[in-house]
Amino acid sequence: MDTFAQLVILTFAAGTPLVFAALGELVVEKAGVLNLGVEGMMLTGAVASFIVTADTHSPWLGVGAGALGGAALSLVFAVLALTLLANQVATGLALSLFGVGLSAFVGRGYISVVIEGIKPLSIPGLSDAAIVGRLLFGHNPMVYLSLALFVAVQWFLHRTRSGLLLRAVGESPASAHAIGHRVIALRYAAVLFGGACAGLGGAYMAVAYTPSWTEGMTAGRGWIALALVVFATWKPWRVLAGAYLFGGVTLAQFQAQAAGVAIPSQLLAMLPYVATVVVLAIISRDATTIRLNAPASLGKPFHPE
Amino acid sequence: MRIALEARREASRAAIVLAPVLATLATLAVGFVVFEALGKDPIAAFHAFFIQPVATRYGVGELLLKASPLMLIATGLAVGYRANVWNIGAEGQLTLGAIAGGGLALAAGDARVPSALLLPAMIVAGALCGMAWAAISAWLRTRFNASEILTSLMLVYVANLLLSWLIHGPWRDPDGYNFPQSKQFTDAALLPNLLSGTRLNAGLLIALAVVAMAWLFIRRSVWGFEMRVAGLAPSAAAYAGISSKRNVWLGMLAGGACAGIAGVNEAAGPIGQLLPSMSPGYGFAAIIVAFVGRLHPAGIVFASLLMSLLYLGGESAQVNLALPSAVTGLFQGTLLFFLLAADVLVNYRLRVVGARPATP
Repeated sequence: MDTFAQLVILTFAAGTPLVFAALGELVVEKAGVLNLGVEGMMLTGAVASFIVTADTHSPWLGVGAGALGGAALSLVFAVLALTLLANQVATGLALSLFGVGLSAFVGRGYISVVIEGIKPLSIPGLSDAAIVGRLLFGHNPMVYLSLALFVAVQWFLHRTRSGLLLRAVGESPASAHAIGHRVIALRYAAVLFGGACAGLGGAYMAVAYTPSWTEGMTAGRGWIALALVVFATWKPWRVLAGAYLFGGVTLAQFQAQAAGVAIPSQLLAMLPYVATVVVLAIISRDATTIRLNAPASLGKPFHPE
Repeated sequence: MRIALEARREASRAAIVLAPVLATLATLAVGFVVFEALGKDPIAAFHAFFIQPVATRYGVGELLLKASPLMLIATGLAVGYRANVWNIGAEGQLTLGAIAGGGLALAAGDARVPSALLLPAMIVAGALCGMAWAAISAWLRTRFNASEILTSLMLVYVANLLLSWLIHGPWRDPDGYNFPQSKQFTDAALLPNLLSGTRLNAGLLIALAVVAMAWLFIRRSVWGFEMRVAGLAPSAAAYAGISSKRNVWLGMLAGGACAGIAGVNEAAGPIGQLLPSMSPGYGFAAIIVAFVGRLHPAGIVFASLLMSLLYLGGESAQVNLALPSAVTGLFQGTLLFFLLAADVLVNYRLRVVGARPATP
């Protein structure tokens, strides 16, 4: 049973970067904005958190820096796509390309630096107790942070007035504007929130999951997070489920490698990417469900006259 | 007083041409500030970045050598982008092209297959495999409605892992001291040199020929016209009975074929074997080239030279200024940002608005 608890903990650990990034992107898309720059924002968050942690020896300060870094990069997107009405697909791509370059540039001196990262919880008597104790109290603190984020997003979108307004802006910005709401300001807030979440996802990877910095260390997780939002048909709880499913796939690949399965490691490493493509195809096949759940104004620029 | 955007009735033709020029100048200005901030003399840095690399005959050869795959891939991508088909996985299609062409070169080995037979076969194989890789995304999009943006990008990782497996495993050079690399290709499998004293090869001619063909397709064929309509006015295109599925297939396959050929050209050109990485991100940089070149073949040729210069400048800055080569990626991204910002002038004019008029 110990192995079981260990597997669950590892699955959660592997899925958590996706939870952060995909929940943030979900809020952005709910406001009707498609930001394809998640990968770039995650990397920026990762490098910012790592540098701050290495320099201050405080990983939590690093996590804050990661969120700020992601949000700062998303501000560039917001100015281009919301104020200057640039094509959102092209701007998001530019953000990803830029984030990859920027993080490689500023992180160049930190590649082999060793830091003291955020360790999994260890509460005597609880975290090491029976299986229930380990499952409840044995995760990394940032895993709990991601779960809190999930609760907050779910509550905000469906239980608050601002959440309702955000969804309204995503469905029909013209109507929201007509009754006097500030569409662009709200979209700015959503984009910045999404950037901060992507930054947290990157920070989790750099200071908690595998405390280290390497160029392009998110390895496509930003793109998988984008796909996750579609699988989840824009529902937070399905984002959570999907993220852990992918955590499980990633884990299965590592476990198979460790167990010495006679499949070359490169072919096993394809698993998460192939799984993303397959699941995306299965979910998208039902065009009606997608159309009913996708925010109606997703990706379309809005210019209040 | 504030500045407001006012929609133009028609896209400004002047702005279409001016926007890339403005974006380039703004990028240079940012470069100036960045160099200054890094404590480098900006003038010397600019010289090292933009002049030094192309001051020699060899340098000019390198400029054209690196511009070739960029213009080739960007041209293919632009065909799709015109119809709002977003193939962003050209890097993976390039890798598949290199695998196919390289596989053929390795299979031919020392069998003395004449170059006139082997090279065209490699190029055809590369184009077909690049197309096949892109076809996966086209099929998933037309059959399952799955976003080609995400599937084509995921397939980049799969393609790179496939190449990695091949050269760590079945295709590894047995005499390569265990390095992950294939055997060197024989001379028959290498593209002929174009300019003595440089590494420039016939790949440039292939790229230019493809650019010309793409121009003919976009401007002179019915399908090309229909794709442009679909991009500019999707609902009008649907009403006119233009098949959106055919546009997805054409767009994806054009991008895949061009990227595949570019992969062969890299393998059979400057590299001469298969390595873990066959391109320094040409497939992604070509996306920027396509936009900066306004999705127009002539513009793409210019933009590819600019982007190639950024690559060379990055390498030169690494040697001469001890700057990391990642500065290239930074400049590439900045250039695209400024272009997107400047593009607002194409469809809107800036207007200084005074106090709002009182409501009557």
